[in-house]
Amino acid sequence: MTQPTVAIIGSGQAGLQVAASLRELRYEGRVVLIGDEPHAPYQRPPLSKGYLLGEVSDGQVTLRPAAFFSTQQVELLSGKRAVAVDGARRMVGLEDDSVVEYDHLVLATGARNRPLPVPGADLRNVFSLRTLDDAVLLRARMDAARNVVVIGAGFIGLEFAASARKRGLNVTVLDVADRPMARAVSRTTSAACSREHEKAGVRLLFETQAMRLLGEQGSVSGVETVDGRILDADLVVIGIGVIPNIELAATCDLAIEDGIVVDEFLRTCDPHISAIGDVAAHGSDYAHGGRVRLESVQNAVDQGRHVAGRIVGRPAAYQALPWFWSNQGHLHLQMTGLRSTDCEEVLRGDPDGTSFSVYLFREGRLVCVESLNRPADHMLARRLLASRVAVKPQQAADMSFDLKSLLSGGHQ
Amino acid sequence: MAKIRFIEHDGTEHVVEGEAGNSLMQTARDNLVPGIIGDCGGNCSCATCHGYVDPAWMDKLPPQSEEEVLMLDGAMHLEHNSRLTCQIKVTRELDGLVIRLPISQI
Repeated sequence: MTQPTVAIIGSGQAGLQVAASLRELRYEGRVVLIGDEPHAPYQRPPLSKGYLLGEVSDGQVTLRPAAFFSTQQVELLSGKRAVAVDGARRMVGLEDDSVVEYDHLVLATGARNRPLPVPGADLRNVFSLRTLDDAVLLRARMDAARNVVVIGAGFIGLEFAASARKRGLNVTVLDVADRPMARAVSRTTSAACSREHEKAGVRLLFETQAMRLLGEQGSVSGVETVDGRILDADLVVIGIGVIPNIELAATCDLAIEDGIVVDEFLRTCDPHISAIGDVAAHGSDYAHGGRVRLESVQNAVDQGRHVAGRIVGRPAAYQALPWFWSNQGHLHLQMTGLRSTDCEEVLRGDPDGTSFSVYLFREGRLVCVESLNRPADHMLARRLLASRVAVKPQQAADMSFDLKSLLSGGHQ
Repeated sequence: MAKIRFIEHDGTEHVVEGEAGNSLMQTARDNLVPGIIGDCGGNCSCATCHGYVDPAWMDKLPPQSEEEVLMLDGAMHLEHNSRLTCQIKVTRELDGLVIRLPISQI
């Protein structure tokens, strides 16, 4: 090799961030960004919302203009799938038999949608939503569809449901849990979201699941549930979670455990290979030292920046505060910190309305804040959690108490 | 097209061409202006594209949405002329606009 090379596999939000941050930090070596999708890096969040509504254009989902890659000398290899990593020789093998040598490799391979393991899932007009190509096909199908069944009441399912209602479609959402976003948010937040989606005309069915998808001439015509319901459907959208793309890591014997295991510097067990974004299982202070794998824009960009910093010689342990948002129609849900199931819930605001925050305490310590249509609470919560300020449950519950006053020497 | 002048906190100036329809945040990011992050991609969800509008330009900009006001309320280094640059679209009328950047976004 003539000059040092950072190779990045995965050109999503995390991979692109590494490349961009390396150049911002004046890294002078080669930067090769390898992605298996045919598109230049783009943002996924609008795909379940504004993009489906025609409010966000193709140009606006692009993360960087084409000129960025040439002026910044980032070698973008789009539509190229990496198939093997040779850690000993520091080489990535691509599907077309070409090879990229590296000094440091960043695995940002992301995740893929979990398939629905029932008969009929391969019928026409059954979609999942992750990529731009998925969104293009789905948006076109929405023009002709009338009855949509969404399988999975997670963030993607509910964001899509809200978009579909806005486009006038009949929408039914079903989930095996007893409430929406059950793994991710508190009961209070779930309840408010259920109520608002129902007000908007979405039919929600819980504690049930699809037994099979029914078809007519190869196209989906309905969903049969395990409790014997038949739901008419000319469009089915599946959003039942993701599977981390660990296969490439397995080709070079990296430790894997629901994601690629990394240390506090986001390094895998091979010091020349890092893993970031949806695929990386990392320890987090915010998870009481436990290992987490987070699927979010925040996690992707913060970890991308972190690894770039380490490559240019700024080592530090990764400690970024997790935060997340989900826009579902007029509901703007924002969360920060990480909750666990044994948290005490403290409310600020009216839980029967559409504007409140839930402060989650674990052993008396604030660990997570969920805000519904209360962006100021969210922003303040991020500062409180990041600076590890002690907040008392009664302070959080008291609307007349100014939580901002807890930030000492604050820049307000 | 409109020329936008971003001034970093240390005084470094970046004069860039803004394309009508793009946000100021996108304009800064596309031109690698340091100091504007825009993690959420313009969703008014992260407040990492905070900038100070030159006083002469304050009343030439579209008004703030309630959401932007509330996001800024919790942001750092707030001033009376603070805006989230993802919420301002470039127009020809904004040719010459000056945006100063805070000492940090987070």
